[in-house]
Amino acid sequence: MKRLLAMAASSLALAAAPALAQDVTITNARVVIGDGGAPIDGGTVVVRGGTVVYAGAASGAPATAGGSTIDAGGAWVTPGIFATLTSLGLADVSAVGDSNDIRAGGAPFSAALDASRAINPTSQHILVHRAAGITRAATTTQPTGSIFAGQGAIIDLDGDAQAVMQPRAFQMVALGEGGARLAGGSRTAAHTLLRAALREAQALVGKTGTPQTTEIAKGDDVMLSRFDAEALVPVVTGKQKLYVAVDRAADIRSVLALKQEFPALDMVLVGVTEGWLVANDIAAAGVPVIANGLDDLPESFEQLGATQSNAGRLARAGVKVAINAATMQDPRRLQQVAGNLVALTRIPGASGMEWGQAFAAISSVPAEISGMGGKAGVLKPGALGDVVLWDGDPLEVGSVPTRVYIGGVEQDLTNHQTRLRDRYKDLDESDLPKAYDW
Amino acid sequence: MFADKTLSARAGKLAALVSALALVAGATAADARDKDKKRDKADETPVLAATPPGEAVFASTYKPYPGVATAIRGATVFDGKGGRIENGVVFMSGGKIIAVGGPDTPIPADIAVFDAPGKFVTPGIIDIHSHLGDYASPGVDAHSDGNEATSPTTPDVWAEHSVWPQDPGFARALANGGVTSLQILPGSANLMGGRSVTLKNVPARTMQGMKFPGAPYGLKMACGENPKRVYGSRGRMPSTRMGNLAVNRQTWLAAIDYANNKEAKRDLGKETLVGVLKGEILVHNHCYRADEMAVVMDMAKEMGYKVSTFHHAVESYKIGDLLRENDVCSAVWADWYGFKMESYDGILENAAFLQREGACVVIHSDDANDIQRLNQEARKAQKAGLRLGIDIPDAVAIQWITHNPAKAMGIDHLTGSLEEGKMADVVLWNGDPLSVYSRPEKVWIDGALMFDANDPKRRPVSDFELGQPGEGDVK
Repeated sequence: MKRLLAMAASSLALAAAPALAQDVTITNARVVIGDGGAPIDGGTVVVRGGTVVYAGAASGAPATAGGSTIDAGGAWVTPGIFATLTSLGLADVSAVGDSNDIRAGGAPFSAALDASRAINPTSQHILVHRAAGITRAATTTQPTGSIFAGQGAIIDLDGDAQAVMQPRAFQMVALGEGGARLAGGSRTAAHTLLRAALREAQALVGKTGTPQTTEIAKGDDVMLSRFDAEALVPVVTGKQKLYVAVDRAADIRSVLALKQEFPALDMVLVGVTEGWLVANDIAAAGVPVIANGLDDLPESFEQLGATQSNAGRLARAGVKVAINAATMQDPRRLQQVAGNLVALTRIPGASGMEWGQAFAAISSVPAEISGMGGKAGVLKPGALGDVVLWDGDPLEVGSVPTRVYIGGVEQDLTNHQTRLRDRYKDLDESDLPKAYDW
Repeated sequence: MFADKTLSARAGKLAALVSALALVAGATAADARDKDKKRDKADETPVLAATPPGEAVFASTYKPYPGVATAIRGATVFDGKGGRIENGVVFMSGGKIIAVGGPDTPIPADIAVFDAPGKFVTPGIIDIHSHLGDYASPGVDAHSDGNEATSPTTPDVWAEHSVWPQDPGFARALANGGVTSLQILPGSANLMGGRSVTLKNVPARTMQGMKFPGAPYGLKMACGENPKRVYGSRGRMPSTRMGNLAVNRQTWLAAIDYANNKEAKRDLGKETLVGVLKGEILVHNHCYRADEMAVVMDMAKEMGYKVSTFHHAVESYKIGDLLRENDVCSAVWADWYGFKMESYDGILENAAFLQREGACVVIHSDDANDIQRLNQEARKAQKAGLRLGIDIPDAVAIQWITHNPAKAMGIDHLTGSLEEGKMADVVLWNGDPLSVYSRPEKVWIDGALMFDANDPKRRPVSDFELGQPGEGDVK
């Protein structure tokens, strides 16, 4: 009973307390900066007022000025993992339609959809992934009624009322097979729809009020509403990034060529299974990639060249590569995928990534792609105080965080799964049913 | 062009019709002439007869490829049954394991010897739950051959009749996952999805060329959401979990009647079910929720069969005691959760909690990607237990993906562990197989070297991949 009361008190305290950033100094840590470099043993991380003020060798650390000090005992300390692309906060159970906001196939809108309006900061998926060391994420709806997915948001996973850091951070469009199907059955239709939409948007640049433009429709299906065209104005003017989901080498070339028609486009390629076949073109265009990490099966005719070496070969060609969370079972596998890329460095004929580079591909690089360069996914002065302490090598399977800070605030790591774990630590029901064990 | 084709097809049809009419006419005349004769010979062998039930059909034609007597020494050896040998020796010859032991294990002269300090040896990895070949890559509609979703009970279909041996997924599972045997199951749309088939992961031109000699068949069954959704949405039974059970029980009762009726005409579906009731065919039951598994185990008792394994089994941790008492394995993922209602209570500790209770644990994939990393999935599940102080040695985590699936599939007397006389299905890993940083370096199946990371030509490339981008790439 005493324990129950104590717990009740602490949960009340948690609910009432505003999220206050703590000043914390972590010493004796194996510090990972997240910028691609190797870990620094015996390092120190200092966070004050929610911001990183120092991370590196102990010798360079500023004098401790208040706050708490944690001796990490040699443990790994890293920036929070930055997950892109995800649907975190947009669904509770994906197969339970009422709980799922990822697809709006029945809506007349596509590009105008705005994920930031629907994020549930206390979704179990957010809590579970926070406990897995993910502190920030790009989250988006998926293309369903038309080739446009809608506008994705950058969120934090601290569970407070303000999950959205950057609403409408990017638009996503599906080209390739997926886009072709949505546009009416052919890649040519997808490309035409994209161009038509961007031209409609160009016509709306500088205008306010109700968008005055034609609706593109096929039968009863609206392919592009007036409001979708308006939503594409920031895309066509380069103020909002355009993520393009594409896999086949030829399709990648077609997408890169879009810059000639619409020079302001700020593109990011997503998926890019056959990217290694056109790695030099992508590098020359300076377009970053959110690559499927381990896909090695010819799952479709646009993925015939699939290989786990794709990300490594792209990186070697000079492409900025983040690992795509969208094709894995769930985003907490980002670490595992990055670890596998390291494993490839030991396989003759394969291309992988060195440890630091692999970690950067799930931290600083996706943060940079998401417009959070220097702010997230990295432990550098001025960055947000997203710090994770681990019980082992963070890229090794089975390693989990022991502490997670987001913006300098230590996070509660409990969730539905940990509560079930605690209840079923034994099967003893000799006194009361399990339902009373909480 | 197209018009011509239609015409010729129609012409062909007409010709067939004409000859069929001729046959009918001929048969009628013959009937009239031989009526009395036939009556006299009624007790004799029928004119036409299929191979009787119980005899091998679609039989395995798999033959081990030539291998050379080989010893691996100096490696850490996990034997698949929970044993670990440091600086060990594994010696295989004639397709069989000859000896497994410590550094003093005798190695004959003049055989191939691999010195493997710092490396690891395990039995070939076994996936108890795969759809390779039945849902082959590329995943186009034309390759969707895993669910005969036209009736809630289709025990008459056999997964082997859908297997496309050119699925590139087989090669990935071999090269990246060290998978040497796998069970191909029908999907879970139906309560009774059909027979499974166990394959050797050796490329072949035919399914029969991969079929594991001597492996028993399985029957795929499914609980829960899938069957009731698929058939309920069509306005037919089952549309509820109670409907699932009712259809199952009625079908079992009909199978029992069939078995007791000597006059019954052959029925392929009931032959499968009778095989289960006789203990010859093993039940592999897709089931997520603990309460449903308990109901299924009681149904099995009612009807007189045994469940070999619950697959997916995300809530097995809630009834580890019950599963142990019923001697039923749980084939689980390490971390899948929350994608459907019945997976909502998935936790990382599922396998570890089962191990704590002494229940049988198998790590499975159900996925063409995860089958390449069963070793990593086992590590995740093991580590979740270690964090709570549940002692799960590395050798036991390896057992989850070798001996335990072999046992649950009824092939543990043939493979799944490194023991004298067993099939020489062996993986040499370039590091600790429970580490994300390790991969298979060499894979032997029945003593034949089927994959070698150091030899670009010693890896399978399916027909589908020839002449396509990335042919023969490391993948």
